[in-house]
Amino acid sequence: MTATRLAFRGAVVFTYLLMLVPVAMVMLISLFNDEIVSFPPSGFTLHWYMNAWARSEFATGFVISAQVALMATVIGVPLGTAAALALARSSIPAKGAIGTLLLGPLAVPGVVAGTALYLFYLTIENGLDQDVVGTMPGLVGAHILLTIPWTVRVVTASVQGLDLVVEEAAANLGARPWTVFRRVTLPMLRPGIVAACMFSFIQSFENLELTLLLVGPGKTTLPVAMLNYLEFRMDPTLAAVATIQILIVAALMVITDRFVKLSRVV
Amino acid sequence: MGTLLLKGLRKEYGTAVAVQQVDMEVGQGELVSLLGPSGCGKTTTLRMVAGFIEPTKGTVVIGGRDVTRTPPYARQTGMVFQSYALFPHMSVAGNVGFGLEMRKVGRAERDSRVAEALDLVRLGHLADRLPRQLSGGQQQRVALARALVVNPAVLLLDEPLSNLDAKLRAEVRDEIRSLQQRLGLTTLMVTHDQEEALTMSDRLVVMEGGRVRQIGTAEDLYEDPADTFVADFVGRCNLVPGTIEGDALRSGGGDLLPCDVRGATGDATVLALRPERIALRPGPDGTGLPARLSNILYLGAQTEYRLELGGTTLTAIRPTPARTDPLHELRPGDTVRVSWDRVAGRLLPV
Repeated sequence: MTATRLAFRGAVVFTYLLMLVPVAMVMLISLFNDEIVSFPPSGFTLHWYMNAWARSEFATGFVISAQVALMATVIGVPLGTAAALALARSSIPAKGAIGTLLLGPLAVPGVVAGTALYLFYLTIENGLDQDVVGTMPGLVGAHILLTIPWTVRVVTASVQGLDLVVEEAAANLGARPWTVFRRVTLPMLRPGIVAACMFSFIQSFENLELTLLLVGPGKTTLPVAMLNYLEFRMDPTLAAVATIQILIVAALMVITDRFVKLSRVV
Repeated sequence: MGTLLLKGLRKEYGTAVAVQQVDMEVGQGELVSLLGPSGCGKTTTLRMVAGFIEPTKGTVVIGGRDVTRTPPYARQTGMVFQSYALFPHMSVAGNVGFGLEMRKVGRAERDSRVAEALDLVRLGHLADRLPRQLSGGQQQRVALARALVVNPAVLLLDEPLSNLDAKLRAEVRDEIRSLQQRLGLTTLMVTHDQEEALTMSDRLVVMEGGRVRQIGTAEDLYEDPADTFVADFVGRCNLVPGTIEGDALRSGGGDLLPCDVRGATGDATVLALRPERIALRPGPDGTGLPARLSNILYLGAQTEYRLELGGTTLTAIRPTPARTDPLHELRPGDTVRVSWDRVAGRLLPV
């Protein structure tokens, strides 16, 4: 093998290690016996998983995170898809600006967006005399700021790959515009939409910075619950919770890949 | 009753005129081709007939009904696109049955009509495949079946053979033509390939620069071209500009070439002479005009001779001479005598 190929192979292996070693370490640590993480570990145990399960804030956090992620995805993906189609196909004069605006939340640091949203919610609370911070609608509303941009980004690529000629063929065969959309455009966009659902769900589930200021008693997401736990303890329970999350996300990706070749969409 | 009538059809994009004015008709069961180079407006015209482009002026009439303002899904046309445009997420049967579904045809009837259409194009055994599992030629036949199954008033073909390799082309060409004739389908076809157009069409419409140059049968266009563009585009042609002198043309290079002066308008004109009309006789003596052979191209069944007459170059194409024929001994540099029937030398406007 030539020196260049060797170097290339080496770089690829190094990159994989860089990405996977931290993840592997977390999964490993979750099994260590000692309360204070040390190398080498004195033994292995599943004790921390039991602990995680027993602590109500993690169980609740898991449920809340899942609910918020689900609702944010269900609302955000259709809206984002509609936006992606409109941006790619219409000739609205401001569409460049609108596109940038829709992708904006991805560029803003999470804490900045979270703080701004917090202040905004406070203003609404004063105006409407209704609680917003610490409520499900408040959380879902904030997470839609994540799901819409992600959907627009992923689906736009799909839309641009669509050949309009196929839609013309459908029209020529007697399909009215809505039927063309339902029977031809949407099915052809399916890979992109499925990928958008997956990314949106994961981004929402795992989000910390945006959510931090918007949680309330009984309405805390899993990542925030984990951060709170860290304030008082630093034992492998967190590693256990993290491992469970990693496995769930990995499972989601594998399942999605069965429907949609992820390598083709991302 | 499927007939197609285009009246004063025009399409402007801002200040650019894609189609200047098209007036033509396609009779019941006729196959008419729009033939011309890229950018001549033929595809725009086809798309106006299909309803994907709205004309700036003029009307499209299908089966006696003015459909100019009718959307594509209500027009009763069946189109085969250049890229076939099959629905990638549906099987072959699903693709072919789509038009019938849109027309609310019941499941049983739909299945039998789809099977019939697939048999017509000999793809019955591939009904459950997906488009991506088919070859280009097979995809095209699915596209054809899909358009035929709905019994369109007018069949529209957009460059049907251009994506096929040369070997497949002749075969598919004959298949499409025989199907069209068998079913008596009124058809409008777009192509830039004159061989395709000449062999498949009942009549041709030659277009250039958004305008119709001439409409006629293959023989009309070949024997009686209306102008130099048609003469040059349909088949090969010697085109010699010059002025009329008596009953001949004085070419720009100074030679006097016999021609058919009847119907010539004005002094400056162009002589159009088909290469196969020029007769050659070896040797510097004899009847006819003297010419020097500057090149000989052996093309198998035919041979091409490049001739220099004084100041004019002509190309002649003759059946390749047998070895016993004196013409067989001709070599570049030889002097020959050339002649042609006076009526073969047509005069066309400049």
